[in-house]
Amino acid sequence: MEKRTKLAEIVGSQQDTILKDWVDFQLNAITLRRDLMKESELREQSREFLNLFTQAAQTGSDVGEATWKPVKDFLGQITRSRVLLGFPPSETATFIFSLKQPLFDVIRAAVKDPKDLVTDMWTTTTLLDKIGLYVMELHQQNREEVIHRQQEELLELSTPVVQLFENILALPLIGTLDSARTQVVMENLLQRIVETGATISIIDITGVPTVDTLVAQHLLKTVAAARLMGADCIISGIRPQIAQTIVHLGVDLSEVTTKATLADAFMIALQRTGATVTKSAASKTKG
Amino acid sequence: MATLRDEIYPIRSSDDIVKVRQITREWALMQTFSLVDQTKIVTAASELARNTLEHGRGGEVRIQALQEGPRRGLRLTFTDQGPGIPDLAKALQDGFTTGNGMGLGLSGSKRLMNDFDIQSEVGKGTTVMIARWK
Repeated sequence: MEKRTKLAEIVGSQQDTILKDWVDFQLNAITLRRDLMKESELREQSREFLNLFTQAAQTGSDVGEATWKPVKDFLGQITRSRVLLGFPPSETATFIFSLKQPLFDVIRAAVKDPKDLVTDMWTTTTLLDKIGLYVMELHQQNREEVIHRQQEELLELSTPVVQLFENILALPLIGTLDSARTQVVMENLLQRIVETGATISIIDITGVPTVDTLVAQHLLKTVAAARLMGADCIISGIRPQIAQTIVHLGVDLSEVTTKATLADAFMIALQRTGATVTKSAASKTKG
Repeated sequence: MATLRDEIYPIRSSDDIVKVRQITREWALMQTFSLVDQTKIVTAASELARNTLEHGRGGEVRIQALQEGPRRGLRLTFTDQGPGIPDLAKALQDGFTTGNGMGLGLSGSKRLMNDFDIQSEVGKGTTVMIARWK
């Protein structure tokens, strides 16, 4: 216990020297991103961290203890902001690891007995390693949160149901159709059928790169569900290579009306709903 | 027969299936397959990768870019250490499934490719080899 308080005592008494050396060290580090963070901000963060670190070190060097919570909370804050700014993990870790040298310098100056020196150095380095690892974990966690949020946003973005005309809906699908996405797609479509009272919906698969048996099955299920709600489906955007592949796979799409393009499907849908499209007299004379 | 490129990729999650599709498309493009052939190979790869994951409890795929004289080809070998298939003839029938799918993946893949070979032993696992030549 005595050793630990000594670390706190040394750090406490020489805080200004440590802070100056530490900030200098960070400013000279190759990982420093001056484009992402101002020097004043870095100085402020370093000062705040060193304050909290000194306070916590007085109670012991077990970072699992409650007395280290303010330090952890502060690290949580700055790591989150750094992830959002696009900092690489190495830069975030350098913030902690670069504190080693200035700390060692003051300890070396203050502790004369070689045995004590080794013990103090060891305590300090273990402590900073633990904090460094904690920061890396935080960094990783924050990144994963960002990715997770983006995935959810993508799921929402990629399944719009649009109304083309009275009673006609279109669902342009883009990307991979896995089970989770199909569920979202189906729910959106059925919901919009109820809201608009549409009688025909066009599912356009121009943007789906691969149509395998799972995708085909998902499509057929969506069509069947829409039919139960009283809306007929037309699948459009069947490209030549997809058509050939579907035939070889042996998938039977004969129950569903299919068209090569969304425009063709739209014309069919208009016909079925009793609407017609005609060119105006002016454009006819122009030819 | 010369092997131009030879790599192995894991199939452990549904994300890996997406990755297998992307890699297969990339390799088919590298071997200058036509768009129709590319689509066929990618679709067969997607079916078999899903089988490896869902029926074989995960495994791996070996992709080989081949050249035999003027002919170029792409070979994919899917391996798992899953429960194996007791009746191969039945598994290759259209519409037969032990899961919730359409039962067309295995037979469909066979029709999409030039070469098709399946080895399976109950309790040991399954290996499916497919190849397409241009």
